[in-house]
Amino acid sequence: MDRKNGPAVRFDGLEKSFDGGASFAVESLSLEIVGGSFVALVGESGSGKSTLLKMINRLVDPSAGTVKIAGEPVEEQNPADLRRHIGYVFQNIGLFPHMSVAENIMIIPRLGAGEIVNTVPELLDLVGLPVDVSERLPSELSGGQQQRVGVARALAGEPGLMLMDEPFGALDPVTRDQLGETYRALHDRLGLTTIMVTHDMAEALIIADRILVMSEGRIVADGPPETLLAGEGGAEANALIAVPKGQMAKLRKLEERS
Amino acid sequence: MNPRLQEAFEQVPALLADHVLLSAAALLLGLTVALPLAVGASRKDRLRQFALGAASLVQTIPGLALLALFYPLLLALNSLLAPLDVALPALGFLPALLALGLYAVLPILRNAVTGIVGIDPAIIEAADGVGMTPRQKLRLVEAPLAAPVVMAGIRTATVWTIGAATLSTTVGQPSLGDMIFAGLQTQNWTLVLVGCLAAAALALTADALLGLIESGIAQRRRWMIGTGLVALLAGVTLALAPLVLAQSRSDVVTIGAKGFSEQYILARLIGDRLEGAGYEVRYREGLGSAIAFEALARGDVDVYVDYTGTLWTNAMRRNDNPPRDEMLEQLSNWISETREARVLGRLGFENTYAFAVTQETARRHGLQSIDDLAGVAPQFTMGTDVEFLNRPEWTSIRTSYGLDFAATQSYQPTFMYRAVESGRADIITAFSSDGRIAASNLFVLSDPRGAIPNYDAVLMVSPGRADEERFIAALTPLLDAISVEAMREANYMVDRDAEKASPSEAAQWLAEQIAR
Repeated sequence: MDRKNGPAVRFDGLEKSFDGGASFAVESLSLEIVGGSFVALVGESGSGKSTLLKMINRLVDPSAGTVKIAGEPVEEQNPADLRRHIGYVFQNIGLFPHMSVAENIMIIPRLGAGEIVNTVPELLDLVGLPVDVSERLPSELSGGQQQRVGVARALAGEPGLMLMDEPFGALDPVTRDQLGETYRALHDRLGLTTIMVTHDMAEALIIADRILVMSEGRIVADGPPETLLAGEGGAEANALIAVPKGQMAKLRKLEERS
Repeated sequence: MNPRLQEAFEQVPALLADHVLLSAAALLLGLTVALPLAVGASRKDRLRQFALGAASLVQTIPGLALLALFYPLLLALNSLLAPLDVALPALGFLPALLALGLYAVLPILRNAVTGIVGIDPAIIEAADGVGMTPRQKLRLVEAPLAAPVVMAGIRTATVWTIGAATLSTTVGQPSLGDMIFAGLQTQNWTLVLVGCLAAAALALTADALLGLIESGIAQRRRWMIGTGLVALLAGVTLALAPLVLAQSRSDVVTIGAKGFSEQYILARLIGDRLEGAGYEVRYREGLGSAIAFEALARGDVDVYVDYTGTLWTNAMRRNDNPPRDEMLEQLSNWISETREARVLGRLGFENTYAFAVTQETARRHGLQSIDDLAGVAPQFTMGTDVEFLNRPEWTSIRTSYGLDFAATQSYQPTFMYRAVESGRADIITAFSSDGRIAASNLFVLSDPRGAIPNYDAVLMVSPGRADEERFIAALTPLLDAISVEAMREANYMVDRDAEKASPSEAAQWLAEQIAR
C-alpha cells in the first residue's frame, strides 16, 4: 500500500435529533479535520460521539447541516458506495461468522468496489496476523485477532478515511495496547485520516494528534494532547484527564514505597 | 402375504405419488409466499405484525374445514371469472394445493422472520458499514445466517403438509388419505394402518432429507446439501413419472365414490365391468355428496352412483316429494339440461333413510311408525350420519311429524350402528340397504306421511361419456340388476366385524349374483 494523504473532513452546522428536536444528540457543530490527522473523539456515554461518527459514513443521517469529505457533501453520494471507500471498525467487530477470515477481508472488493489492490496475505501482514489464519472461521480466533481482521477488512477497500468506534474497547489491556500501537503505525505508514471514538482519555492522549471532547452533543474541548495535559482544555477535559493522572500518581507512590 | 395386506400395498404406489406431488407443490407455493413476505416483514414492524397475525389465524382453521372452504370460494371466483370464459377447477388438485399451501406459510414465515430478526445486530452494522446494498446484505449475510432457522421451519411445514394432505381426499384429490378414509368407512384397519404408515414414512423421509440439508448449511458441508437436494428431487421426479406416462396412455375412466361401504363396492363393480370392456380405470373415493355431483358435471369423475332423493333435494333444491317415476323423469331432464350429464337408470335398489330402533326400544315404547315417535322424542337421543342433520330432508321430516329430540349426535356410519346397539343413541337414521339393520336386528319405523323422499340408486354418467356407446353398453347390464337384498348382503360382507370382505371381493360376489 502506498502512502497517500487521507481526505479532510468538514462538519457544517451539523445537527442530529432522534426525537424531532426536543433534544439533540449532536448540536450545531462546525469544525474541520485536517487530512492525514488522527483525531480522538472523547466523551462519556451518551455524549453524541458515536452519532457524530456515524453521520460521516451515513449510518445515521443528520437532521440539519452537512458533512463533507474532501469537499464533497456525503448526502450527494450513494450510501453503499460511500461506505465502501471509508474504513469502519467498531467495538463489536461484526465479522461475518459464516465466512472465513479471507472471505471477511475480501468482502469490500467482492461488493464491487473496483479492482483488488491488496491480497489477503498483504493485509494480514499489515495488521500483524500470520497468513495461516486466512482459512479459519472468525470463531476460531481470539478477540484481539478478530479485531485485527476487522481492521484488515476495513483497509481492503483502500480507504483514505478510517472511522473507529471504540475499536479496542472490548479487548484486554495488553492486547489493547499492542493493537493501538500497531494501528497508529499503520495510520502513519498509509497516510490515513483517522477519527476514533473512545471513552478512555488515556488511550486518546497516547494515540491521537488532536482530541475533541464531547459533552451533551457539543464539542467542549479541542486541542492536541499536550495542551489538554497542560490543563488548558477547560473543566470537562480536565475532569476526564484527572482520572488517568490520579491513577498514575497512585502507581508512582506504590513504586516509591517498594 | 395376507391378501388384505397385499391389496392395501397394491394401492400405495399410485396414491403415494399423488401425495408426494401434492405436498411438494403445496410446499413450493408456501415457500413462494412465505419467503418474500418474511424479508418484507423483517424490515417493517407493521407488516410483520400483520403477516404473522394473518398466518396464525389461518392456522386456527381446522385442516378439513380449510380444504372444504376452498370449494365454495373457487366456485364464487369462477362466477366472477365467467365473463372471461375462464373456469378454475373447484375440486381436486387446485383447492387442495391452495389450502395446503396456505397452511405451510406460517411455520416458514415465522421461522424466517425469527431467523432474520435474530441475527446479531453487530453483524448487520458491519454489513452496512462495509457498504452492502440491502440486496447484497440479504444474499451475503441475512439469508445464509437465517438459513438453519428457516430450514427448521420448512421441516415443520413439510411434516404438517404431508399429514394434512391426507385430508385432500375429501375434495376429490387422491392421496394416501384415500386409504385411510376408505379403511375407516369399511372398518378395514389394515388399509387404515398401511395408509397411515405410508404417510408417516413419507413425512419422516422428507424430514430426514431436509434435516440433512439443514446440517449441511449449519456445518458448511456442500455434499450434505447436495445429497439432500438430489434425493428430494429424485422423489418428486419419480412421483411425476406415472403422470407423464399416463398422458401418453389411452382412455382412463375415473370412477367416483362417496365415503361409505356401498359406494366403495359399487365403484369396484362398475370398475370391473369397464375393465372388462377394455377401459383403464382409476378411483376417486371418499367424496362428499355435493362434491361428487359437481365432479361428475365437470368431468373430473366419469361415472358414479347417486340417489334420486339426494339429488332432488340437494342439487335441484326441491322440497316437494313426487312419486318415484315422476321424480326420476324430472331429475333426468334437469341433469341433462343443466349439466349435460346423464342419469343412465336405476340399479334396482333403494337406499333411503330408515329410522331404526332396537327391538327392545320398539317394544317398550310401542313404536310402529314415525308417528309414534313424536311422543317419546323429547326423551330420545338421535344418532345420525355426519350429513343428515343439515340435509333438507331432515327439516321436512321434522316438520311433518313434529319431532323434537332431546339430543342429536353425528357419527361415522359404522359407529352410528354401534351407538344404537350400546344404547348411547335411542334411534338412528340407518340406511335401508345397509346389511347391519338385519345383522343388528333393528326395527325400522314406517313413514306413513311419506315425508322421506325416494332414494333409488341411479347410475350417473358424465357429459363426456354420455354418448359413448361402448361405455354405456358396458354399464347397461347393471341397470335394474341389483336387488335390495343383494346389496344388503354385499354391504354386510364389508361392514361385519368377523370374516370381513374387501369392497372388491364384495363387488365380485355382487357381480356373480347379477350374472345368475
